[in-house]
Amino acid sequence: MVPLSWYLILSALLFSIGLFGVLSRRNAVAILLGVELMLNSVNVNLAAFWRYGDVANMAGQVFAIIVFAVAAAEVAVGLALVISVYRRRNTVIADDIDLMKW
Amino acid sequence: MTAEQIIFLIVGVGTLLAALMVVTTRNLVHAALWLIATLFGVAVIYALLHAGFLAVVQVVVYIGAIAILFIFAVMLTRKDARDTGPQMNPNWWIGALLAVLSGVGLVSLLLGWSGSSKTAAAIPSGFDAVGLLGEALVSPNAYVLPFEVASVLLLAALVGAVYVAFNRK
Repeated sequence: MVPLSWYLILSALLFSIGLFGVLSRRNAVAILLGVELMLNSVNVNLAAFWRYGDVANMAGQVFAIIVFAVAAAEVAVGLALVISVYRRRNTVIADDIDLMKW
Repeated sequence: MTAEQIIFLIVGVGTLLAALMVVTTRNLVHAALWLIATLFGVAVIYALLHAGFLAVVQVVVYIGAIAILFIFAVMLTRKDARDTGPQMNPNWWIGALLAVLSGVGLVSLLLGWSGSSKTAAAIPSGFDAVGLLGEALVSPNAYVLPFEVASVLLLAALVGAVYVAFNRK
């Protein structure tokens, strides 16, 4: 039997890798890839706590499904924004999208 | 070491290596393909956790829809994906430092927590996880409100994405 801590450590490491991607990539699509990794690590946590807690209480799985829906919405709107920006300014480099930067 | 632990270790290390490739590889199409490998590893983790429905939804929604959407977006913005410039920020090391700090902090916090060595109780025989999940999602005593809010959010995202990406010319 796998102890709970293994799942939690896996998800913590996956979250950190996603955080690195979000903070250090220049391409806006690559930043969204990092966000996906972070959302996935949260889902691993939710499923692990469901399995290791009371199995009859479905809260963990229900909220994992809500996170799926939120991730799908986030990626659809995010990629639409990236494509719109690319059409107008011909770039997807996050440093160059600085119209609202003071 | 039981067979389950060996499977977990192989899949977990593979998932983490694929995730590292997602954030470090230069070619974005390759990054999206590595993301598919990572998502598949996470689906196997769900299966190990006896969350079969989540594993199926992970493959259908994440790999089938979100990863394909990423590949489309990369191809539609191809000029930058192929550019020869650096793929990292000038101060990417701050991001690396923060990520290492958060990883080390979370892992040390988990190792110090007494509940983390807990092992799971066996699933009772005849336990219908998918049936219980479906009832919990639509029962007024459980999670019907988050479920409806999620559907409204998806509708808003659908309309918003079409509006934002619409080409007026």
